[in-house]
Amino acid sequence: MNLLETLKMALRGISVNKVRSALTMLGIVIGVGAVVAMVSIGTGATSSVTSRIQGLGSNLLTIMAGAPSVGGVRQAMGSATSLTIEDAEALKKSVSTVKNVSPELSQNAQVVYLSQNTNTSISGVMPAYEEVRNFHAAYGQFITKDDVDTSRRVAVLGQTVAGQLFSAGEEPIGKVIKINNIPFQVIGIMEQKGSGGGSSNMDDTILIPLSTAMHRVFGSRSLRQISVEVASADQMDQASAEITNLLMIRHKISDSSKIDFQIMNQAEVLNTLSEVTGTLTLLLGGIAAISLIVGGIGIMNIMLVSVTERTREIGLRKAVGAKRRDVLFQFLIESVLLCLAGGVAGVGLGFLGSVAIGQYAGWGTVISISSIWLAFFFSGAVGVFFGIYPAIKASRLNPIDALRYE
Amino acid sequence: MLISVTNLRKVYSSGDEVEVVALKDADLTIEHGEFVAIMGPSGSGKSTLMHIFGCLDQPTEGTYLFDGIDVGGLSDDKLAEIRNKKIGFVFQQFNLLPRTSALDNVILPLLYNREFIDREKARLALDRVGLSERYHHHPSQLSGGQQQRVAIARALVTEPTLIMADEPTGALDTKSGDEIMAIFQELNEEGKTIILVTHELYIAEHAKRVIFLKDGEIVSDKRLKNRKISKVAGVMA
Repeated sequence: MNLLETLKMALRGISVNKVRSALTMLGIVIGVGAVVAMVSIGTGATSSVTSRIQGLGSNLLTIMAGAPSVGGVRQAMGSATSLTIEDAEALKKSVSTVKNVSPELSQNAQVVYLSQNTNTSISGVMPAYEEVRNFHAAYGQFITKDDVDTSRRVAVLGQTVAGQLFSAGEEPIGKVIKINNIPFQVIGIMEQKGSGGGSSNMDDTILIPLSTAMHRVFGSRSLRQISVEVASADQMDQASAEITNLLMIRHKISDSSKIDFQIMNQAEVLNTLSEVTGTLTLLLGGIAAISLIVGGIGIMNIMLVSVTERTREIGLRKAVGAKRRDVLFQFLIESVLLCLAGGVAGVGLGFLGSVAIGQYAGWGTVISISSIWLAFFFSGAVGVFFGIYPAIKASRLNPIDALRYE
Repeated sequence: MLISVTNLRKVYSSGDEVEVVALKDADLTIEHGEFVAIMGPSGSGKSTLMHIFGCLDQPTEGTYLFDGIDVGGLSDDKLAEIRNKKIGFVFQQFNLLPRTSALDNVILPLLYNREFIDREKARLALDRVGLSERYHHHPSQLSGGQQQRVAIARALVTEPTLIMADEPTGALDTKSGDEIMAIFQELNEEGKTIILVTHELYIAEHAKRVIFLKDGEIVSDKRLKNRKISKVAGVMA
């Protein structure tokens, strides 16, 4: 029996009971749709997180002041007074893999504008901050070298802070806000960045000149952290080692277990997060795959019913010369066709579903060709796996018994 | 000689050791071109004999030669091939595929013989039984007599040596039954061997030879001198 005729026969078998075939297929449609949608959402989440972290500067090293132990009591991270502006300058000057440095001093403070007030993070920064942190002023201007040299009281606001202090129609630039009761003039608004991995929300911050922060606001001579832009992403480990060496010499530390600073590598954070979202994708896909198996059981159930219902037909086919494999293939192809048709519809549904969820969640969903192939392969495999038993059962029917079946 | 059985025995054993002997040491030969009716009350073994003749079942003991082939011990697939090429079946309940046109029903045996599917053969077979106007009708749109004629066309399409008919008029009224018997008689005149299983004497009297079975044994085997002739105008081309 040739393939074309077998296909025609299977199509006829499916079309005889349209509603039942459609309902059976629905199990596969939902299963495949769920797999495609879940995997694309997971992939979308991964690339969203990845691009956000890369937006923070993918070749960024952060040197945090360490947690000193005072009389056996461990203090908070960054509270050590060991990092200085001189350290930052030395890094830029003597480590070849370091392209640029941004020394930073940040603390929380109360900020007031007329009747509005908020508590936010105040960061003293240098002009290099914009480039190193890949974080730019959207309106007005950023802190200049001149602002730092003269310890000017000027401030650049993050979007969140600007929204809290100023009402919608109001122009913040040029207005005077008070940080710890010291008046500052707003000279710019930063672009929207969102929260980054590990660090706090970068939109909820106010940037002021580093010298102003040190001498006028916080009265501190040390830095909280130094952000380092490494020349290229593949030199991260080398740069990290060189910085550690230099700072140990400068801080006169010989035992590496007693270092008073910590280096955070953005690439490591990225890897960790990618692993997490990868696991998430796997988990979502796995749950969706279970629904595909449930759909497959539905196929098997209906094929068994169909074989019983069509016992006389099978008997007749055998009487007129159908061999075992003819009957086997007829039923197997029927179940595979059901599953593949369900797979096609499921890919469509999964595509629509992932686009809809992507819109709602606000991140792009990624439909990979490989996940579509995988869905097809799996729905075909489900068809074979769950169709083979009913098909074997049909092929083994004795023609006499089958013809007599009422 | 088309069919030859010697010492044919068929025993059905159900699970709990109860054996039913359906055929006891039957000896029989049927020549090419014969028209044989097998009669007997229910349980006489006539269906069993027909299943063995039709290569649907195997004897427990004895030998069965069909068209020179020793059927005993052939595999299921080999038997399917013999049925496909050499035997046409007509059943009491027609056994047509529902929601399938007359033409597609007739084509069915051709689908299984691994050769080029010649639709013209199926049309000719339907023409032969007087259904030229009904190629695309589904079984539900046909009368009982017409459905049985589609079934006969399906039996003819492979040009078999033997036609096995199991109570072919059992589900039909007398007039349609006569039409069917007329077709069988015409086919026999053209040289087809026909074996008919029935429990109605009236139907059996259309055959040239009547074999009577009782309790699994052949109790009589007679050639009819004055058989009934059914002629229904307009059925055959």
